[in-house]
Amino acid sequence: MEYIAKILIMAVSSIFINNFVLSRFLGLCPYLGVSKKLDSAFGMGMAVIFVMAIASAFTWLINAYLLIPAGLEYLQTIAFILTIAALVQFVEMFIQKSAPALYKSLGVYLPLITTNCAVLGVAVININDHLNFLDSILNGFFGGVGFTVVLLMMAGIRERLEKAEVPKSMQGMPIALIIAGCMALAFLGFAGLKLG
Amino acid sequence: MFTILLPALLIGGLAAVFGLILAYASKKFFVEVDPKIDEIASILPSANCGGCAFPGCAGYADAIVQNGAAVNLCAPGGEEVAKKIAAIMGVSLTPKERDIAVIHCQSGGYNNTAFKFEYKGIDSCRSAATIAGGPNQCIWGCVFQYDCVKACQFDALHITEDGMKVVNEDNCTGCGACVKACPRSLIELVPISKRVHILCSSRDKGPIAKKSCGNNTACIACGLCVKNCPTQAITIVNNLAIIDYSKCINCGICASVCPTKAIEDRMLPRKEAFIHEDQCIGCTICAKKCPVQAISGELKHPHKVDPKLCVGCEVCVKACPKNAIEMVEKGSTVALTKEN
Repeated sequence: MEYIAKILIMAVSSIFINNFVLSRFLGLCPYLGVSKKLDSAFGMGMAVIFVMAIASAFTWLINAYLLIPAGLEYLQTIAFILTIAALVQFVEMFIQKSAPALYKSLGVYLPLITTNCAVLGVAVININDHLNFLDSILNGFFGGVGFTVVLLMMAGIRERLEKAEVPKSMQGMPIALIIAGCMALAFLGFAGLKLG
Repeated sequence: MFTILLPALLIGGLAAVFGLILAYASKKFFVEVDPKIDEIASILPSANCGGCAFPGCAGYADAIVQNGAAVNLCAPGGEEVAKKIAAIMGVSLTPKERDIAVIHCQSGGYNNTAFKFEYKGIDSCRSAATIAGGPNQCIWGCVFQYDCVKACQFDALHITEDGMKVVNEDNCTGCGACVKACPRSLIELVPISKRVHILCSSRDKGPIAKKSCGNNTACIACGLCVKNCPTQAITIVNNLAIIDYSKCINCGICASVCPTKAIEDRMLPRKEAFIHEDQCIGCTICAKKCPVQAISGELKHPHKVDPKLCVGCEVCVKACPKNAIEMVEKGSTVALTKEN
């Protein structure tokens, strides 16, 4: 029971309070780039959840059993990037062979995520917060969910925005950035939430 | 020395291990892609117009090879591309007639539209049509913010000086992008050989339809065309006459009887049929095919066309096995007969 409560707290914490996009400002590139349509935003979100969860697991193992014993913690960033890139590539090949349907729905988004800093971010945060192996995976998973939630919200707003009358100089990216700022302000409200 | 060597070895070793795993995986999980897919994709025009109903040219190439989709669905590529794909796939090609877009509305210009109010919003038909039933009095007609023109990738839709939209039949590939763009569903894809069209989409009752049409060319559902159509190709549904193009023979009778000129005859000026008596073998095929019984004659004797009855549909020209029938200018039959 206590563990379930802990998981719930973790979920709320990484989805709302410490949202990767709106309070940690990680993964802004896909947040603005893939949020034009709900369909593609959903595909991207699913791929991010997937990759963040498994990347958390593998980077935790690399850190605990390779870097720490060798006393090379300062190589975290470069080792994690290497791991994530290789992992995503491997997973892409594996899915293409074993689950073509899943491959088609994740499509082009899988390789795109290699360069998503939210993935590297979650790996580094896991280590800095001294999370254990299972918690790391959960943190990655919920971080991805938080990213997806915000991405879907943004896509929904931007789809409505297509129809709105926006001054010419504000059309496209400027108005999207302003909306992103407003959303970040709104999410700041969660910072006062007290859990546990 | 060791402090430099260890990280270098560790990262290098890690990279080498990952590299080896990936190299192994690329062999182990290699998915065979049919080389035909690449070949077909390189032939397709890469316009990604979606006219074939598959997601882009690559999607269509995939569908041909994997799911056996028809080879002649590429509208921009036309017959040439279809032939090449058929050659790659080793299937015989059934020729498909080219479709063109027909706009079923004659209103929608600056001078021939009856306005309810002046529309000043974002220039999109979709938006204009949603506000209070659109700026036109006719709730079915064109609101001319030119979504169709914007949707056309092939420069086949042009705007004339008075704001009307014209389909350039040479450029139109029948991809259907404008059909999807029009919020009032005024555009239809029709085989290019069909030359008679009902250019109205109003489902209003006759008096309302006529009053709200700025061009006064609304279909008032009077039924004259239905009665006069020799092939029963026209039906009236919801106060609007609709041509069944699979039955239409281009005779143009409906266009000539329509009291509101809602039907356009694109074969104008029509010619009349003339039978060269020296080539006619009297097979009676033309007489049987003529929708207006303008051809008379006995078996094995040369036939004659009554120029008063002939509507110039060219059905007999196509039917004649001896190519004895020619289309001539109206009124020249008399002169030609005298010559003989």
